[in-house]
Amino acid sequence: MPADPIITVESISKRYLLGHHVFDDTLRDRIARGVRSATRWARPAALSAGRAVEEFWALKDVSFELSRGQVLGIVGRNGAGKSTLLKILSRITEPTAGRIRMRGRAASLLEVGTGFHPELTGRENVYLNGAILGMRKAEIARKFDEIVAFSEIERFLDTPVKHYSSGMYVRLAFAIAAHLEPEILIVDEVLAVGDAQFQKKCLNKVSEVTHSDGRTVLFVSHNSAALQSICGVGIWLNQGRIAKQGPIGECLAAYLHTGSQRADFPVPAEDRPHITSVRVDPSALAEGRIQVEVGFKSPFPLSPPVVGVIVSSKFGYPIAGSNGRMAGASWQPKPTRAGVVTACLDHAPLHSDSYLISAYLGDAIADYDQRLDAVGFDYVSQRFHPQMPPLQVIGQGDFDWRWSLRED
Amino acid sequence: MNGPTESPAAAAREGDLIIEAGRADAHYWRDLWAYRDLLGLLTSRDIKVRYKETYLGVSWALIQSIVTNIVFTFVFGKLAGMSAGGVPYPLLVLAGQLPWQFFCAALSGSSASLISNSNLISKVYFPRLIIPLSSIGVATVEFLLVLVLYFGASIWFGRFPSWHWALLPLFIFVALTLAFGAGVWLTALTVRYRDFKYIVPFIIQVGFFISPVGFSTGVVPHWRNLLDLNPMTGVIDAFRWCLLSDGQPFDFQGISCSIAISALLALSGLWYFRKMERTMADII
Repeated sequence: MPADPIITVESISKRYLLGHHVFDDTLRDRIARGVRSATRWARPAALSAGRAVEEFWALKDVSFELSRGQVLGIVGRNGAGKSTLLKILSRITEPTAGRIRMRGRAASLLEVGTGFHPELTGRENVYLNGAILGMRKAEIARKFDEIVAFSEIERFLDTPVKHYSSGMYVRLAFAIAAHLEPEILIVDEVLAVGDAQFQKKCLNKVSEVTHSDGRTVLFVSHNSAALQSICGVGIWLNQGRIAKQGPIGECLAAYLHTGSQRADFPVPAEDRPHITSVRVDPSALAEGRIQVEVGFKSPFPLSPPVVGVIVSSKFGYPIAGSNGRMAGASWQPKPTRAGVVTACLDHAPLHSDSYLISAYLGDAIADYDQRLDAVGFDYVSQRFHPQMPPLQVIGQGDFDWRWSLRED
Repeated sequence: MNGPTESPAAAAREGDLIIEAGRADAHYWRDLWAYRDLLGLLTSRDIKVRYKETYLGVSWALIQSIVTNIVFTFVFGKLAGMSAGGVPYPLLVLAGQLPWQFFCAALSGSSASLISNSNLISKVYFPRLIIPLSSIGVATVEFLLVLVLYFGASIWFGRFPSWHWALLPLFIFVALTLAFGAGVWLTALTVRYRDFKYIVPFIIQVGFFISPVGFSTGVVPHWRNLLDLNPMTGVIDAFRWCLLSDGQPFDFQGISCSIAISALLALSGLWYFRKMERTMADII
C-alpha cells in the first residue's frame, strides 16, 4: 500500500432502489400516497402496504488506495459497477455508504465532448467544454493554441461542429480534455473512439502526464492492450465487488479468463461426422498458451480423426492455422468415433487483442464439418512493447526480432 | 478573490476533498464562485443557439415585445377603454411588460433547463445551480434589450428620465430574486415530478390574468389588496412608478409584499434545490 495516498477509497457502496413507486416519479403517486395514508384507518392494511422495493447494489465495499503517478486500470463486464465507481469519484452521484478522500484536484472525462453543442463553432465549443470540465476562461485562452495544435483541426475552428466528421469531433474533444491539468484524472472508456493514430497520440499523452508530471489516473477500458501499456495497477470489478486487485496483468488475466470460451453445437439432421464443441482453455491462456479442444462425433470411425484449427483476428482474417495432417509422423492417433482433439500452441506469438477460433473436422482423405469463428477469446500478452504502433499497422503477430547495426 | 487563471477544481485544494453519503458540501458556494465562467458561457451558448441561423437574430426579442405591446394597447386601451392616468397607453403597457416578460422567460427557461441539460448532469460535476442560473441569465439579457427599447419609446413619447429612474436597479433586483426563487423551485420540482412541465405554462397563463400587465392598478382600486398578494403586482407597480413618473403614489404595501414573498421563495427554493441536487444525477 502506498505510503502517502492521493486517493483513499474506504468501503464505498452504492445502492439503487428499483421499483415504480420509489422515487415518487409523478405527482399522482405522491398525492395518491397522501390520500392513502389519510384514509388508512378505513382500509384493510393489505391495500395500503405492499409497495415492492427491490434493492440493487451497484457497488459494495470497494476500497483501494492510489499514490501520486499511479495509473489504475478498472476492468469488468458491463454492469459490474465501473461507471458507478467513476461517477462517485467524479462527484456526479453520492455513495450510499463509505468514504473517499482525495488530496488534490480531480477532473473527470466520462464522455468525449460533454456539452459540445452542434450549432456552435469549434472555437466556441473549446471554451464551453473547457469550462464544463472545470477550466477558467483565462486558462483556456492561455492553452488555446496548444489545444488547437493537438487537435489538428486549425482550418475548421470557425465551422459549427455539426459539420465535423466524427474523427474531427473526437480529436477536438480529446484535445481539450488532454489539456486539463488536474492531479487526479478520471477517464472512462473514451479512448475507444477515434482513429488508431489519434488513439495512440492520446495514450501517449496519458503516459506522459503520469510519468513526467506525476498525475494519478483512473482508467476504465475494454481495450486490454491500452490498459496493459499505460496502467500499473488494476482492479477487476465483478457484480459491484472487487474480485481482484493488484498488478494490471494479473487483474486482466483473471478477468478475461472468466468468460465462457466454449461453444457447443447441435447434432446435425443427417448422420455424418460433426464437431460437437470447441473450447479454448482459459487457464492455459493465462499462461500464454492457446489450447483449443475440439469435440467430435462420427457414425463411423475416423481414420485418423483430423482436426484443423485456425486463429483469426477479431475481424476474421486468418493469422495462423494448422491441422493433424500437417503434423505428419508426429501425430498418428488411432481410428476413433467420438472424442476430443486438443491442439496446443505454446508461447503464442501474439499481441494482446481479441481473436477468433475456427475448427475443421475430417479424416485422412476428406473434410466433413467446419465451424467458422466458433469461439472468441481475449489474449493478454505478457510482453510490454513501449512505443508500439497500432495492431492495424503492424499486425497481430508478436515475433522475436533481432536487431543489429553495421556502421559504414 | 481567486486569481484569473485559477481553475474551479483548484478551489478545493486547500483542504482534502471528502466524498461521503449525505455530506453537506462545504465547498458548494466556493465551487459556485469558481465556476462563474461556466455560468457566462452557458448563458452565451443559449443566446447564440437561440438566434443562430435566424434572419433577424436577437431583434426577435424586440419584435415580440413590440407586437405584444400593440395588441395589449389595442385590447386594454382601445377596446376596454381603460385609463392610463395621463400616460401614453403603450408606455404603460411596456413598463408592465418589462418585469412580466422577464419573469415568464426566467420561469419557463429555468424549469426546463435541467432536463434539457441532463447529458451534462450525468457526465460531469459542477454546482447544478449554474444551469437554472444560466437560464435566468438569458432572460436577463433579453430584459435589458427590452429596457433599451423602453428608453427609446419613452423619449419618442417625449417623456424624459426623472430621479425615479435611479431606483430602478433596486426593483430589477426584486424581480430577479422573485424569478430566481420561483425558477429554482420549479427547476427542482420538474426534475422530480415531470408533471411540472405542464404546470409551468399554466402558472404563466393564470399569472398573466392576475398581474396588472395590460392595465394600471389604478383602475381596479377595490381589488387592490387581493392583487397585492401576487408578488408580480408590487414589482410591476414599482417599475411603473420608476419609469412613468405619472404622479401615482408609491405603493408600499405592494412592494413589501413582493419583497417578502421573493425572499421567502428564494431562500426556500435554494434549500429545496440543494436537497434535491444530491440525487439529481440518479433520477434525471
